[in-house]
Amino acid sequence: MGSHVHTPISERHSEKPVFSAEKMVEVQRVINEYPEGKSKSALIRILHIAEESFGGWLSIETMDYVAEILKIEPIEVYEVATFYTMFNVQPVGNYVFEVCRTGPCMLVGSDQLIDYIGNKLDIKVGETTKDGMFTLKTAECLGACGYGPMLQCGKKYHEHLNPEKVDKLIDAYRSGNTNIEI
Amino acid sequence: MVKVTIDDKTIEVELGTTILSAARQIGGEVVPPAMCFYSKLPGTGGKCRTCLVEVSQGSEKDPRPMPKLVASCSTPVMDGMVVKNKTSERVHEGRGGVVEFLLINHPLDCPICDQAGECHLQDLGYEHGGQGTRYEEERRTFDPIDIGNKIKLHMNRCILCYRCVAVANQLTDKRVHGVLNRGEHAEISTYIENAIENDFSGNMIDVCPVGALTDKTFRFKSRVWFLKPMEASCECTKCSGKAVVWMFGNEIFRVTARKDQYGEVEDQDGKAGWICNDCRFDKKDVSKWNIAGPRMINRHSVISQGHYQSPRQSIKKIN
Amino acid sequence: MGRRLLLEHDNVPGIETIEVYRKHGGYRSVEKALKTMSPENVLEEVQKSGLRGRGGAGFPTGMKWSFLAKPEGVPRYLLCNADESEPGTFKDRYLMEKIPHLLIEGMITSSYALGANLSFIYIRGEYMWVLDILEKAIAEAYANGFLGKNILGSGFDLDLRVAPGGGAYICGEETALIESLEGKRGNPRIKPPFPAVKGLWGCPTVVNNVESIAAVVPIVNDGGEEYAKIGLGKSTGTKLISACGNLARPGVYEIEMGITVEEFIYGDEWCRGIANGKKLKACVPGGSSVPILPHYLVTKTAAGEDRLMTYESLSDGGFATGSMLGSGGFIVFDEDQCIVRNTWNFARFYAHESCGQCSPCREGTGWMEKVLHRLEHGQGNMRDIDLLAEINKKIEGNTICPLGDAAAWPVAAAIRHFRDEFEWHVNERTESQTRNYGLAKEISFAR
Repeated sequence: MGSHVHTPISERHSEKPVFSAEKMVEVQRVINEYPEGKSKSALIRILHIAEESFGGWLSIETMDYVAEILKIEPIEVYEVATFYTMFNVQPVGNYVFEVCRTGPCMLVGSDQLIDYIGNKLDIKVGETTKDGMFTLKTAECLGACGYGPMLQCGKKYHEHLNPEKVDKLIDAYRSGNTNIEI
Repeated sequence: MVKVTIDDKTIEVELGTTILSAARQIGGEVVPPAMCFYSKLPGTGGKCRTCLVEVSQGSEKDPRPMPKLVASCSTPVMDGMVVKNKTSERVHEGRGGVVEFLLINHPLDCPICDQAGECHLQDLGYEHGGQGTRYEEERRTFDPIDIGNKIKLHMNRCILCYRCVAVANQLTDKRVHGVLNRGEHAEISTYIENAIENDFSGNMIDVCPVGALTDKTFRFKSRVWFLKPMEASCECTKCSGKAVVWMFGNEIFRVTARKDQYGEVEDQDGKAGWICNDCRFDKKDVSKWNIAGPRMINRHSVISQGHYQSPRQSIKKIN
Repeated sequence: MGRRLLLEHDNVPGIETIEVYRKHGGYRSVEKALKTMSPENVLEEVQKSGLRGRGGAGFPTGMKWSFLAKPEGVPRYLLCNADESEPGTFKDRYLMEKIPHLLIEGMITSSYALGANLSFIYIRGEYMWVLDILEKAIAEAYANGFLGKNILGSGFDLDLRVAPGGGAYICGEETALIESLEGKRGNPRIKPPFPAVKGLWGCPTVVNNVESIAAVVPIVNDGGEEYAKIGLGKSTGTKLISACGNLARPGVYEIEMGITVEEFIYGDEWCRGIANGKKLKACVPGGSSVPILPHYLVTKTAAGEDRLMTYESLSDGGFATGSMLGSGGFIVFDEDQCIVRNTWNFARFYAHESCGQCSPCREGTGWMEKVLHRLEHGQGNMRDIDLLAEINKKIEGNTICPLGDAAAWPVAAAIRHFRDEFEWHVNERTESQTRNYGLAKEISFAR
């Protein structure tokens, strides 16, 4: 509740991140979608690509690298990365479970779902399991109100969840099966 | 030219003028307070909501009142517009609310704040604040940090006016600080430990309406009201060299730009009189300045009290 | 079965592909508009249709279009607001993932009407998989000559892009959306100037909700007058309602405006009543920011008339006894739900989503959240209830953008209708932590 705010300074990557040739093509394609001189517009999408490419989070080095690509000041990237809640500026686990906690999901049991996952993984909201596999987060309304309780992991929405489905989900992710349809 | 009436005073102003700017042309009591708008920094304004006014008649052509209070700093006048500032109960209430919001997380550490005595938030609180607080929660706190070796950032005191961001964007070649995070966690920061090194970065201190950005060369040296502001000038290749030096005896304690009654830098030689960091931080030697004479501070806060007026006048002004 | 203009083919297998979509009449509006109508004709049809913005504010779309400035030599932009983030609202997502071509078709026809040659769909970052669906469909549209240069030989060029957000409800506000699309923090702009004059990159811009743009398709196909025949009064056409909460059959429904709320909640065609045979306690009919209604004001107005699914009927009684159609996010609460907890939950949402730019919203939403947190957790005092109402009043109307109002209204309405439940949380601090209060006591509105 009451809060002393420590500026959440991002940790650092030891090496300078560099997009693979394939990713660089995607990054260029995104930049080219905007008129000349408006490449800053590509920032958010490139941050998504960067997060995906460099361990699921944005280090200072990653953000500076993106600034360099877009020819903008690093602070412009920091400002944006810390504004939008999808961006992690701290390291996260391989799989980030973001459980929607807003009203409509709460009405159908999101609080219990969060507790269940936390107990099962033995972590609190915001924490990562010791093996670095899972991070548990809460999210505000993810637009799945009629299909709750639910969680998002990467691009995927897992809806109509209950304890059995969560068990299956965790087992699947743990064994590297990210295509599970639940 | 269009005609606008503010608190029963009518003035003709150019089309495109904002309500606030029209009010400043009238002057006196009809001028709404402004904590984030800064006329010398285009793009500022609209954020703090202290300059809210009531528009009781939209224009001659469309006399309907505006349903909500509007930010006078960013709302252009229309011909025949009627505005209420001091005369509006709604404005009084709305502004009181804004002041309360600005103060709930403010540390109220005026006794140890270098800005005390020339602080716009003090003035605002004095005029529109309530007594006591209804805020029972823990206040939001941040650690004070150095941004560069001459500027201290006390984020606890910041009201997020964004003026310093505008200074960095408009007066310096490279912005290294900005607003991070969002909502009530929003803060001014460089994010990584990054010094703001630029010849004009010190102007952030002058535009800061509160004690969030203070001059480290003046830190805890004196209270501003013990100092005598003197108009001074020097030979400077970077800026106009026209400044105010704040003296105690024969010693210069600090240097600021010359500011008008709204706390904005005055024009010098036809352009905004920003001063460079050399003048501000490094010229504390009297021999470096030509001192013209005392500088009247045309403001109601305590720094204007006592020095150049009779005590009787001062007392009247406080009341 | 009511008429379905948008979701008629939502369950046709393969409707997400251009072949199947065209087999079911897809892209007719583009052919009709580009080959037989002038941009002004399209605007006229939209004006005749009486279509009102489906994002929540309900502003007439035709009028919004007519405000667009058209200075010589300056590009104009059409932006589709697919940032759908209002709690309770998931209709746009449904439409986009099921029938992506309907939105693309609407974008082409609407861009033609507005003279935009580069248009964007701004989609919330969490819907990244929907973005993939849209981009696939857009590629198909390019391949079939519906996008790109000289579309269908008409001389009209259009490029259509999709841009993701990064997780910020505020970007559903049109000027915050524009800022975000420019790669900045989603801080709403100070208005004036309005986007119609100075929007994306300083150029005239129209921002429309997904459903509004999709509705342009049937409007152009059948004519604005035909569209206006559906519905009731100024609530013309059909509306997507995303129903959720404690309903037997939550989901996205397309309704003809004017059906009764009773029918919508309890009808077999729609939500089939409250889940698990429970009683209705309350309803938020238009997304989390609209006032909550206690059970006795949901299906009937204070005057005792049937409450209808229209802009007018849902707001009948003003904020005293009414609410709003809003975005169509229809949230239903059963008798076991705690209004204080839900109000705190919504307040937490708005505090979390405040951009932090203007003081009343930045400080006020956080303050309300903390006070409500105390009340919900058995640490509140009676004066807190009045304090909430006070904070509310000081936020409402005093902020840069409507998020302040959106945060204030649900709290104000909850206290207005469920004050006894709030007081019970103060008086019965321990008991209120172990059980729920039950239904609201009916308040007489006789004047």
